[in-house]
Amino acid sequence: MILAHLPALEVVVPLIAAPLTLVLRRASIAWALTTAACAISFVVALLLAVEVARGGPISYAIGSWAPPWGIEYRVDALSSFMLVLVSGIATVVAPYALRSVATELRGGQGTLLYTMFCLCVAGLLGMSITGDAFNLFVFMEIASLSSYVLIALGRDRRALLASFQYLILGTIGATFFVIGVGLLFLKTGTLNLADMADRLHGESTDRAVRAALAFIVVGMSLKLALFPLHLWLPNAYTYAPSTVTALLAATATKVSVYVLMRFYFDVFGLHLLTRVLPMQDILMGLSILAIVTASLVAVWQTDLKRLFAYSSVAQIGYITLGIALGTREGLTAAIVHLFNHGITKGALFLLLGLVAYYTGRTPISSVRGLARSMPLTTFGITLAGLSLVGVPGTAGFVSKWTLVLAAFEADQWWLGGIVVATSLIAVAYVWRFVEAAYLSAPAVPSPVPRDRPLSMVVPAWILVGACIWFGFDTSYTVDAARRAATLLLEAAQ
Amino acid sequence: MKGFLVLRIVAKMLIPYILVFALYVQFHGDYSPGGGFQAGVIAAAAIMLYGLIFGLPSARRLVPDAVVETMVGLGVLIYAGVGLVGLALGGNYLDYFVLARDPVAGQLRGIFWVEIGVAITVSGVMLKIFYMFAGRRRRDDTR
Amino acid sequence: MSVLGHYNYWVTVFLMTAGLYIVIARGNLVKKLIGLSIFQTSVYLLYVAPGKVIGGTAPIIAPGYTLYSNPLPHVLILTAIVVGVATLALGLALAVRIHEQYGSIEEDEILAADREAEERA
Repeated sequence: MILAHLPALEVVVPLIAAPLTLVLRRASIAWALTTAACAISFVVALLLAVEVARGGPISYAIGSWAPPWGIEYRVDALSSFMLVLVSGIATVVAPYALRSVATELRGGQGTLLYTMFCLCVAGLLGMSITGDAFNLFVFMEIASLSSYVLIALGRDRRALLASFQYLILGTIGATFFVIGVGLLFLKTGTLNLADMADRLHGESTDRAVRAALAFIVVGMSLKLALFPLHLWLPNAYTYAPSTVTALLAATATKVSVYVLMRFYFDVFGLHLLTRVLPMQDILMGLSILAIVTASLVAVWQTDLKRLFAYSSVAQIGYITLGIALGTREGLTAAIVHLFNHGITKGALFLLLGLVAYYTGRTPISSVRGLARSMPLTTFGITLAGLSLVGVPGTAGFVSKWTLVLAAFEADQWWLGGIVVATSLIAVAYVWRFVEAAYLSAPAVPSPVPRDRPLSMVVPAWILVGACIWFGFDTSYTVDAARRAATLLLEAAQ
Repeated sequence: MKGFLVLRIVAKMLIPYILVFALYVQFHGDYSPGGGFQAGVIAAAAIMLYGLIFGLPSARRLVPDAVVETMVGLGVLIYAGVGLVGLALGGNYLDYFVLARDPVAGQLRGIFWVEIGVAITVSGVMLKIFYMFAGRRRRDDTR
Repeated sequence: MSVLGHYNYWVTVFLMTAGLYIVIARGNLVKKLIGLSIFQTSVYLLYVAPGKVIGGTAPIIAPGYTLYSNPLPHVLILTAIVVGVATLALGLALAVRIHEQYGSIEEDEILAADREAEERA
């Protein structure tokens, strides 16, 4: 009986955990609850993925109101992939919070972090699973509002302004999105995404539909930090508590990319994107700009968290580049990179959090000679950095390889060249860390290593391990991504 | 606020009626405009009025912070709980049809409890916002 | 349909651009939030206005009526309003905290204070 209700449980478990943490008050109980809720969601997501791979898409009617009238939860190859990513990252990051939060937050706010953590995870999972355009907006706002609070919990006072700027830009993005949905609703009279797609195909060149496309693409681009709409991201990632940075960097922007793909291919279709409007060309131009500019900016940063935040903007460029190619291979590369970049950045920020746990802050000068005092952590950051560059044997290589192949297949040889060339810029910014950590003498006497909390070390290394594992074993990532890409393109025709 | 006799008397007269009106808006919401959201705001407004006239400390004594925070969580739990009851009775999540033998009565029952949850959370949130903002300025003044 | 026949859209577009302009042009954090609220309000109008069917009555089934207004946009916008209130409350809370930390809610002054603190460090 419970198996039939898995789609609802996926979202409801963290959603119920959130008020429970608030009512029970104790930070340690809240932590246990959060971890348990995320773990249950992860198990549910895995079960759903198995179910979808075996029997095709699952549809679940909330409140037994049949779609397209009621809200439908729809799990297909792509959304189950996102569910596994989001709940998996949340399960790894949640235990990490226990000790990390103790040093980074003022007293009494610990419980609040867990409440917001649960809400954020529930919102992101909801965005991935729902098949209803307005419900998607509501989940997006749940995730966004909780992430504004999470960022503002950072110790530095600049976290407040970062959060405020994210709030302004994020709300503009969400409002643009809802304007687009409104226009589509006026046009089609439905909010169910599948139903909307059915009604749009055939008359998809209407001016209202084109306006809706513009609003939704701009809105989601703000949310996913597509260059030049990425201005909120570096500050938000830099000043948020490490746990939060890891969670958001690995999941939040990725889910926004997912939403963009949903609307792009499922609702609007390729005809509108390529024939009527030059959307794909614009997206490709912006992606290349994002990759080149943000990578270059990253090289000149003096703070490690900010450096890797700019690198995130560049990596998102690779993902949107795959989408802009619009071929099956391109989409596969985009989806694989969603996953691989998620685990890579998650690992990086968790390890940086470990560094911050000892040094307090993360300017590059503070990691000089780090290899001596924290050899393992330094090695982990280097491994994750190699994955960011795309060195063979790491997850990053798999996604970049797929992307280059996709570019060749689409007869865009020069794109492959750009991907390889910009990877060299990535070498430059990762080298800045390696140089400081391995080759510089410690500026100050190396910090006395306090205890090494296992609850922080283990999650970080699980993700580093995942970076390596998915560099060799591509059976899950690439195959699932290819299935999802095939499905998207079938819907887009 | 010792001196403002008229304000104090009028407030004391008004507050019970505001609370009763909140209950009316809550429970008559099935048949007329209203419901949990509006009722929650009205009930919170009564406490806020009390706080404005008699001072924030007395409002906090009347409805302590711990109660307010619990209300915020409790309402959501009631809402989500109704959904789980629907699951337990063999329906989908948030399925009200199965809550009573007659599906229409089931819808009524489901909405009734959901709206109670909404009212509790909304009044909790409104009071929390009021306490946070009002309490903050007071601390600034004494600095 | 004449240009004036679409007047609800004109109002929507005016509120939208006015709100967005305030958000971009003003450096005061509270004014930014006001602009953001106006911007969001325009969306409420975009949804709700077409929900009214001319000649239609409230959507409660009763004998003698066949034409009803569409209730769905109102329900959606009720949700959107709640989201807007939450955003505004959070934004104001952040503004209060920023004022406590920096002693100002003017964006340029805050950024200048940050720059100064960075140079000193």
